[in-house]
Amino acid sequence: MSSYSQPTRRRHLGDKRLIQMFIIPTVVLLILMNVFPLIYSLYLSFTEYSAINPTPPEWVGLDNYKKVLSDNLYWHNFAVTGRYALISVSLQMIVGFGLAMLLKEKFKGSGLLTTLILVPMMLSPAVVGAFWKNIFNPSFGIFDQFLGYSDPNTAPEWLGDPDLALWAVVIVDVWMWSPFVMLLSLAGLSAIPDYLYEAAAIDRASAWFQFRRITLPQVMPLLLIAVLFRTIEAFKQFDLVMGLTGGGPSLLQGTQAVNVTETVSVKLFRLAMPPQAQTGLSSAMAYVVLVIIIAISNLYIRALNKVREG
Amino acid sequence: MATIELINVEKKFGSSYAVKPMNMTIHSGEFVVLLGPSGCGKTTTLRMISGLEAVTDGQILFDGKDVTWLHPSDRDIAFVFQFFALYSHMTARENIAFPLQAQGEPRDSIRKRVEEVAKMLRIEHLMNARPGGLSGGDQQRVALARALVRRPAAFLMDEPLGALDAEFREAMRAEIKRLHIEQNATTVYVTHDQIEAMAMGDRVVVMSAAVVQQNGTPAEVYHDPANLFVAKFIGSPGMNLIQGHYADGKVALPGDNRYTVPADWHTAIHEAIGRDGDIILGFRPEAAHISASGPIATTVYTTDLHGSYTMLHLELDRDTIVDVRAGRGTNYPIGTPARFDLDPAMVRFFDPKTEAAIHKGGNP
Ligand SMILES: Nc1ncnc2c1ncn2[C@@H]1O[C@H](COP(=O)(O)OP(=O)(O)OP(=O)(O)O)[C@@H](O)[C@H]1O
Ligand SMILES: [Mg+2]
Repeated sequence: MSSYSQPTRRRHLGDKRLIQMFIIPTVVLLILMNVFPLIYSLYLSFTEYSAINPTPPEWVGLDNYKKVLSDNLYWHNFAVTGRYALISVSLQMIVGFGLAMLLKEKFKGSGLLTTLILVPMMLSPAVVGAFWKNIFNPSFGIFDQFLGYSDPNTAPEWLGDPDLALWAVVIVDVWMWSPFVMLLSLAGLSAIPDYLYEAAAIDRASAWFQFRRITLPQVMPLLLIAVLFRTIEAFKQFDLVMGLTGGGPSLLQGTQAVNVTETVSVKLFRLAMPPQAQTGLSSAMAYVVLVIIIAISNLYIRALNKVREG
Repeated sequence: MATIELINVEKKFGSSYAVKPMNMTIHSGEFVVLLGPSGCGKTTTLRMISGLEAVTDGQILFDGKDVTWLHPSDRDIAFVFQFFALYSHMTARENIAFPLQAQGEPRDSIRKRVEEVAKMLRIEHLMNARPGGLSGGDQQRVALARALVRRPAAFLMDEPLGALDAEFREAMRAEIKRLHIEQNATTVYVTHDQIEAMAMGDRVVVMSAAVVQQNGTPAEVYHDPANLFVAKFIGSPGMNLIQGHYADGKVALPGDNRYTVPADWHTAIHEAIGRDGDIILGFRPEAAHISASGPIATTVYTTDLHGSYTMLHLELDRDTIVDVRAGRGTNYPIGTPARFDLDPAMVRFFDPKTEAAIHKGGNP
């Protein structure tokens, strides 16, 4: 009532002012927290600079990029990350989508089961890493026992064996994030209207034909979104590796010792932080990762649009 | 082509009937129309025949073989869904080709057959569009094409022309009818449009409130409705039904009118309601003719001009208005008196208590 009878009182703020009041803090924060570091680090990537050193950044042009892209040592980290992303995301898609297909039919307790399956996703990666480190332990961990190894001396040492360590990280990642794929797949599957399957039954399509021609194309957009999310995450893989292996074990490759689970992010962290603190070089590496992720995302988004439009 | 038999088939959702126990035989090659108002159970009946809906009791036979619990894909039927049910991620062409691809037919013959059907339904120009980009009418045509592309034992069509505009609907009606005659495929066709039902059906099954009201040829359903519901539902407008009182071979009608019942009706009426009792007189608008010596006196209430005739709405008294068809020649000013007579062969009588028709040849 009063606001109607005394309209002038509340007219101090024009629409424009009001809009500015809402937007400016956000813009300022964004510039301070995101835009400035982004641009500053881009600048740093062309310099020789260490954040713990008082010497100011010294312009070196493309030197850092050349080093990152040509030195075998860094190439190894990209290869590890790529292999890890490919294997882990593929397995997550298979396991997650498989689980979704099983849980799509409602049965007694299926709701509870779905919730339980989602639990790993909600845990902190640091905690997950610490737990699985114990689970993988050959002398008291249950993983090897579960696989049927009773003698700790012959049981595989998942985190210490250079052939197995990356797989160990993959296993934990799949355990933790397949539920995410399952969740998206379930959403996609339950959005497929029943009448499509009724029509297919009338059209005498076999179960396999229905899956191939109806289920799969109908959930494809969501599957692609899951792949996109998981691939980006895999490229950023850091916390699980740190928690499980710390990037190790190391392996002699030619004349160089390489860390078999050292992903780009782990390497980046090592480069950027003391004692190395090669701020310029690590900035360049971070930009290479950024470009790769943007490129991959673009590919997926294109695929997504293609699926949508046909 | 299959003969379809329903034996005491019923469907309950929870405790309420969508279809009450129902018996019906659809002979091989017959075109049967299920007709009834919205919610009377037409779709449910069709879905039970197709196997998409499980019966709660009763038996369904195809050619004498019990298929009650057979999967839809094992019944060899085509189904046109009321709401199209097109595959939204496929083009029109892929939709139509789907039933053939599912059977693993060779590519060339699929392409040929799809072109054929597309031409028949005049959708060649839409073949690369997806359902989402098509109008309701176009989607319906694609859905029809998908059903017609195969040669199944029976066609089940749930209001397949409902979304088409009037002009194209007439053309499609003829097309479906011709197709039926050519292929001689058993067809069950659902509609709530009684004109469509009368025009297309070899037989019309009128349903209401989950119950079959009448099962007969279009002529039977039109001229000899089994009860008040059918009498009112069939025809536009429906049959005139006037409450009256029967005594001594005469029916006392509103407005102090008296109608002398044709002698051949007496026995049947006496059997049904006795020599003295309430009765309902029924007649179609075309059964009445205006005549100065007619026994029923009325006042002209309104008139509608139609193409070839005039529909008169005549008032017997304040609550009783009947529709009478008259030629275009004469003018009937509102408020003027008019008398009419009835063709004795075309009057019908109903028992107001049971709402059932009284049959001249004895009541079944
Ligand atoms: N899956 C269902 N669950 C519960 N009730 C249903 C279900 N399907 C249909 N019914 C009910 O059964 C009755 C018959 O429905 P049906 O769809 O067969 O009618 P219809 O004659 O096809 O009507 P319309 O002309 O509107 O399509 C309706 O009262 C409807 O509400
Ligand atoms: Mg219906």
